[in-house]
Amino acid sequence: MSEFFRNFARQFSLNFIEGDRWKIILNGLLVTLQITFFAVIIGIVLGFAVGLVRASNERAGKLRFLSGICRVYVTVIRGTPVMVQLLIIYFVVFMSVPVDKRLAAILAFGINSGAYVSEIFRSGILSVDIGQTEAGRSLGLTGAQTMRRIVLPQAVKNALPALGNEFISLLKETSVVGYIGLVDLTKSYAIIQSRTFSAFFPLMAIALIYLLLVLGLTKLLGLLERRLRASDKH
Amino acid sequence: MISIRNLCKSFGDLKVLNNVSLEIEKGEKVVIVGPSGSGKSTLLRCMNLLETPTSGSVLVDGIDITDRKCDINAIRRRMGMVFQNFNLFPNMSVLKNITLAPVVTGLMTAKDAEARARSLLERVNLSDKADCYPSQLSGGQKQRIAIVRALAMDPEVMLFDEPTSALDPEMVGEVLEVMRELAEINMTMVVVTHEMGFAREAATRVLFMDGGVIVEEAPPDRFFTSPSSPRLKEFLSRIL
Repeated sequence: MSEFFRNFARQFSLNFIEGDRWKIILNGLLVTLQITFFAVIIGIVLGFAVGLVRASNERAGKLRFLSGICRVYVTVIRGTPVMVQLLIIYFVVFMSVPVDKRLAAILAFGINSGAYVSEIFRSGILSVDIGQTEAGRSLGLTGAQTMRRIVLPQAVKNALPALGNEFISLLKETSVVGYIGLVDLTKSYAIIQSRTFSAFFPLMAIALIYLLLVLGLTKLLGLLERRLRASDKH
Repeated sequence: MISIRNLCKSFGDLKVLNNVSLEIEKGEKVVIVGPSGSGKSTLLRCMNLLETPTSGSVLVDGIDITDRKCDINAIRRRMGMVFQNFNLFPNMSVLKNITLAPVVTGLMTAKDAEARARSLLERVNLSDKADCYPSQLSGGQKQRIAIVRALAMDPEVMLFDEPTSALDPEMVGEVLEVMRELAEINMTMVVVTHEMGFAREAATRVLFMDGGVIVEEAPPDRFFTSPSSPRLKEFLSRIL
């Protein structure tokens, strides 16, 4: 038994402490967080705009041309794997311009997430009863005022749980950035393994870190949801 | 005040309004009755362009609101509307529900709007509900708030789309009471309803619609005691 513990301690030390190998994991974690954070921001901005255009088109018949473009975007992005999109952005779009790999990854995941987020916002807006819009318009509010003051606050609240899921998936999906040579949290295992010939410890540590990140994110979103729902007081 | 000329409205192949013409003068209380599917709600909703007519015109004080160049929002600010399902904003307090439109449209400052909202709430005996949310109110209370919300814009005419149809029977009275008071202060009103008692007491004119046309119109005493068309006779015999 003590043999097992001694072995465990030696392996732990070898994989994480010797040569400051924990720093490899930490740096990878920072890359993962960086990409996820900025991709989420792009995803929200892009998704919100696209969702708004498409919902306005479906509800009021406005912006038909723009809505058509948005539909093509969503179809293409949802119809192809995110890894292929990442490779296309890095190796094709930025073929002739030298660009930070992280920037390419942020763009790829942001554009990808935007398509999914737009569907979430679109269904959030369409889930608000048409009577709310009619009430706003009958009071003399413009279409834009009605959307901003009455429909959107309710739509965002409806969309929040699905939005949370999307960001959790996004965090985990970024684990494919190793394919363009980025060392993120996932890829950091390969560097440690190449030096220690041990896969168990780094992989377990990485899985644990992802799990903790997701749990933290879930908790955060739960708090936000509860705050937004406070106005309902059912 | 409202002048409807040769109005037609179709939903796909379904012809809901068939060449309807109607004049509503200032101060009139027009009650529209008829079987469901007769087009009465659609007619009402055409008056503030919540439905766009297929053809024909709707003039409000001489302005054709079916004209694309007309500022429909300015017209709607002068026309209050009350819906069957209340359509209160569930994420806002009662006070916010009432003050939102006057403030956002720039009609009043936030302070004036609140003062007006509170005095209107007092008139319908709901002062104590100012800080409640719609989900905490009964159906009758919700509809009274919805009426107050429309009145907060200080409209010249009020449109009621079956205001008591979604209410429990014991709550119908309190809503009709508020509507009766409005009629007494000489508000111009157009009311789609199944409440014949209200039509008899408060209306200056009652319209009977069936199959997308106005079949008969008369002052309430003549409407109920000596209807001329057989379809109205049959309708009245079934509901009275």
